[in-house]
Amino acid sequence: MNVQGRPTHPETAAAMSGETFTGNRGLDIEEALIFESGRFDATGVDIDEPAPFEPKLGPHARGRALRLPGLTEPEAIRHYVRLSRNNYSIDAGIYPLGSCTMKHNPRLNEKMARLPGFADVHPLQPVSTAQGALELIEALSNALLIMTGMDAIAMSPKAGAHGELCGMMAIKAAIEARGEGETRRVALVPDSAHGTNPATAALIGYSVRSVPAGADGIVSVETVKAALAPDVAAIMLTNPNTCGLFEREIVGIADAVHEAGAYFYCDGANFNAVVGKTRPGDLGVDAMHINLHKTFSTPHGGGGPGAGPVALSARLAPYAPVPFIRREGGALRLVEHVEGSESFGRMCAFHGQMGMFVRALSFILSHGADGLKQASEDAVLSANYIRACLSDVMSAPFGDRSCMHEALFDDRWLKDTGLTTLDFAKAMIDEGYHPMTVYFPLIVHGAMLIEPTESESKASLDLFIMTLRDLALAAKAGKRERFLSAPEHSPRRRLDETRAARQPVLRWTSPQPA
Amino acid sequence: MRYLPLDESEREAMLTRIGVPDIEALFADIPADKRLHGLLDIPLAKSEMAVERAMSAIAGRSVAAGSVPFFLGSGAYRRHIPATVDHLIQRSEFLTSYTPYQPEIAQGTLQVLFEFQTQVAELTGMQVANASMYDGSTACGEAMLMAHRLTRRNRAVISGGLHPQYADVCATLAHMAGDRISRLAPDLRASEDIIAAIDDETSCVIAQSPDFFGNPRDLAAIAEAAHAHGALLIAVFTDPVALGLLRSPGEMGADIAVGEGQGLGNALNFGGPYVGLFATRLKYVRQMPGRLAGETVDVEGRRSFVLTLSTREQHIRREKATSNICTNSGLCALAFSIHLSLLGAKGLEQLAKVNHANAVELAERLAAIPSVEVVNAHFFNEFVMRTPGPAAELIEALAKRGVIGGLPVSRLLPGAGLDDCIVVASTETNTGEDRAAYAEALADCLTMKP
Amino acid sequence: MTQILYSKDHEYVRVEGEEGVVGISEHAQQQLGDVVFAEVPPIGKKLKQGDAAAVVESVKAASDVFAPVSGEVVAVNSEVESTPGLINEDALGKGWLFRLRLADANELKGLMDEAAYAEFVKSLG
Repeated sequence: MNVQGRPTHPETAAAMSGETFTGNRGLDIEEALIFESGRFDATGVDIDEPAPFEPKLGPHARGRALRLPGLTEPEAIRHYVRLSRNNYSIDAGIYPLGSCTMKHNPRLNEKMARLPGFADVHPLQPVSTAQGALELIEALSNALLIMTGMDAIAMSPKAGAHGELCGMMAIKAAIEARGEGETRRVALVPDSAHGTNPATAALIGYSVRSVPAGADGIVSVETVKAALAPDVAAIMLTNPNTCGLFEREIVGIADAVHEAGAYFYCDGANFNAVVGKTRPGDLGVDAMHINLHKTFSTPHGGGGPGAGPVALSARLAPYAPVPFIRREGGALRLVEHVEGSESFGRMCAFHGQMGMFVRALSFILSHGADGLKQASEDAVLSANYIRACLSDVMSAPFGDRSCMHEALFDDRWLKDTGLTTLDFAKAMIDEGYHPMTVYFPLIVHGAMLIEPTESESKASLDLFIMTLRDLALAAKAGKRERFLSAPEHSPRRRLDETRAARQPVLRWTSPQPA
Repeated sequence: MRYLPLDESEREAMLTRIGVPDIEALFADIPADKRLHGLLDIPLAKSEMAVERAMSAIAGRSVAAGSVPFFLGSGAYRRHIPATVDHLIQRSEFLTSYTPYQPEIAQGTLQVLFEFQTQVAELTGMQVANASMYDGSTACGEAMLMAHRLTRRNRAVISGGLHPQYADVCATLAHMAGDRISRLAPDLRASEDIIAAIDDETSCVIAQSPDFFGNPRDLAAIAEAAHAHGALLIAVFTDPVALGLLRSPGEMGADIAVGEGQGLGNALNFGGPYVGLFATRLKYVRQMPGRLAGETVDVEGRRSFVLTLSTREQHIRREKATSNICTNSGLCALAFSIHLSLLGAKGLEQLAKVNHANAVELAERLAAIPSVEVVNAHFFNEFVMRTPGPAAELIEALAKRGVIGGLPVSRLLPGAGLDDCIVVASTETNTGEDRAAYAEALADCLTMKP
Repeated sequence: MTQILYSKDHEYVRVEGEEGVVGISEHAQQQLGDVVFAEVPPIGKKLKQGDAAAVVESVKAASDVFAPVSGEVVAVNSEVESTPGLINEDALGKGWLFRLRLADANELKGLMDEAAYAEFVKSLG
């Protein structure tokens, strides 16, 4: 039930601003689809005609002609450059998105990822010709093992959610190996959890039992003990949690879970708060995925690719999926088949997100032990600075207590303003900011979750804080127009999402009959 | 440190403002005996120069595909990528932007996804495509789960021509989800009787064309048989360029088309990141996993794009989601789309023609060597070569002579009785000299056998 | 005799003799926002009180609709599948979801009448 009732159909009809002939507004260019501006008989790639030859396709040649436009290089560059200008990006401004860790993406990482010895190596080359690639993966694994204090790493998962699936599959395999596969089929999940957690549990046939956080925002050992039973396979906890708080009772929880014969899965999305300050392995975690695109700066690329290697405890290590790397003699070997091991199987073809591994290792080597610790401390410092500077104008659900790397507010302070969290977020856009994470976690009404990361200068933080203060005070002073008609200055204003869902148009279609 | 803007005096000022004496006070919730006091046991921070030196040394210990005659495919293909592609994907606004959840400031990403979806649908001959998945293998697994949901059955029939690692992914998923699969034996000559394996409990048939052994397949008959039993056909491909010349999954009656998009726009990258292509019939769109960009208007009536039908996804449906997926393969999908926009249909057909021509010429050269057999009657840009003796050793011997000759089938299918088979690929990046060098090296290796 | 009764999950059943017409309440449709999709159960399905019977989706949320009472589905409103907005416009009328042949009239005693439901909604804050 959407108890927060957010409108998705823009109700305010805006006044049309001054029109131009082109529809362009200065440097903001309206760009058509390639299917509208491109030519269907053109190509922008010069390919030599092969010498005459006898085709061997058999009776399998294409029947229906392909209709795809081709752009010459100048047309393509113009098209994509114009499109890019309609995007916000970290390179252009802070992305205070809680749970996303939008830190700076170092350009050295991009340079290293393009070294031919990493980028131009095929996953199935003879292993003797790919030793450098395997070495890179081994080096990253070792670094992650040291950071997590755990025993093994599964490197192949392609994203955080994929890593969650991997960790839970390892747990399921371990439970089946004990003969309890039929009896233990419940996952304990806090109601503050990211949606991937219950979705992952459901994928492997587990049902979800909720372990609610207390009024202090964390899960207590008592709550967990009350929910533990012989049917529980695992608990899935995020630490620090989605409210930005460290789960203080985590060690007691881990002990209780293990005593009950279950396993502890940790969602590592918020690892950035604690790298170099504590190790999940020491806290009793059995499996934890690491989002390389969060904690280790690999670029978000407009939505992906990510990478989600999973650290495993000694109890789960035997079940890790293939492939894994072994050092034998002086050389590195790839184990690609499950025969002869207890591996639960394979998550994907080939070996994992090598391109992201290179970037992550470049980040880790650049920061080093001292830099990584400083980064975590700066991330936590910056989040608390924001929290402290806004706590008099915005309401926090768990009172005036410090947070980890992200600060959480709710919408109680907006009561009587007639404005919602959504309105507040849209007004931030006009000020040049990407909004913070909104309406997550679900247990907090009108949640606003702010994660600055360690990449912001103090000047940047101060301007951000002052802007939010200005907006908050304006909201309380009843200046509703600034919010309800926002955003006004962005390439597009509020969209009709209802129409997009009721009458889905998911591709361009040729106006003429095919 | 070059990536950390705060200086000591600023940190002090911030601590004062927060009202704590030191930074450790903000970590007080970590149990005291679990707090690390020193530094992690890894080296200290390095300058850019030092990092470059260290990583270049590691990179130097692999053989780059472009430095030798190179004939390996089997799910990832060496392509010439126009310089424009890598330049454009490094634009800040593409590289460092987030998922387009605030569409007003993400129209760049959203319009690209809409164009990508259209291209993928057109290429596969299907009605609707999503905004990409992690890769072809996981897309295949997700398609299987989607078919289970649609048919309310849970037994998938898997062709012996499916890439073995794709089949392994499906098997792992099926086992974990409590579903069943029937996996046919490796099918070297495209001669399996897959239709006989379909019955009224079958949810889907998963078949690949061109298959793992390079054979283009007629999936239309399989589609018909599947439909007669109320099952779905999932058609898989591993090189999108093949669709420049070969009949598309849609033309053959597929219900879901999935494939690996790496072959356009994306480097080999030792296996990832790649980009999964996923397309289906419009009537199944609500069961399709992954993100979807849709068209709408904004308050001023201007055409706009937005992520839509999100209620299928994990952040809303949670345990009832169609999948647990959170990311797509954004930047890789962009690279795919840019490359395909540059090619157009005309360029793609031409590119496919060159791939095929090169493979045909290579097959002729290799078949001319005594004791070498080219197995396939028909192929696109990959075929199977049989030679005396263990193929894995032959491939090593070729590598020592500076030729990457292909995939020994035994590497992915040990114990299938195919130890003398190599899957050889030839793309547009091979020259006549490369092919001659391969034939010569192979002949050398074979005559040196006792 | 027609009476409208409500469940704690914000479904209503409009009792018409031995049958009941089920939908979501006015309060529920307001909370959901613009409905973009509705899925009704198949005719003939036997539901127990509390079973997930239908799905209603808005842009930002998805809601299971639970059977407020037990019964067999004898009719469904296919119009809401093509025009889900009916649920917003007229939740208690044209936006009905499915019709049940009631299995146990005693179950009705556990539901709330309009006044009680209005109080209940107020108490949710």
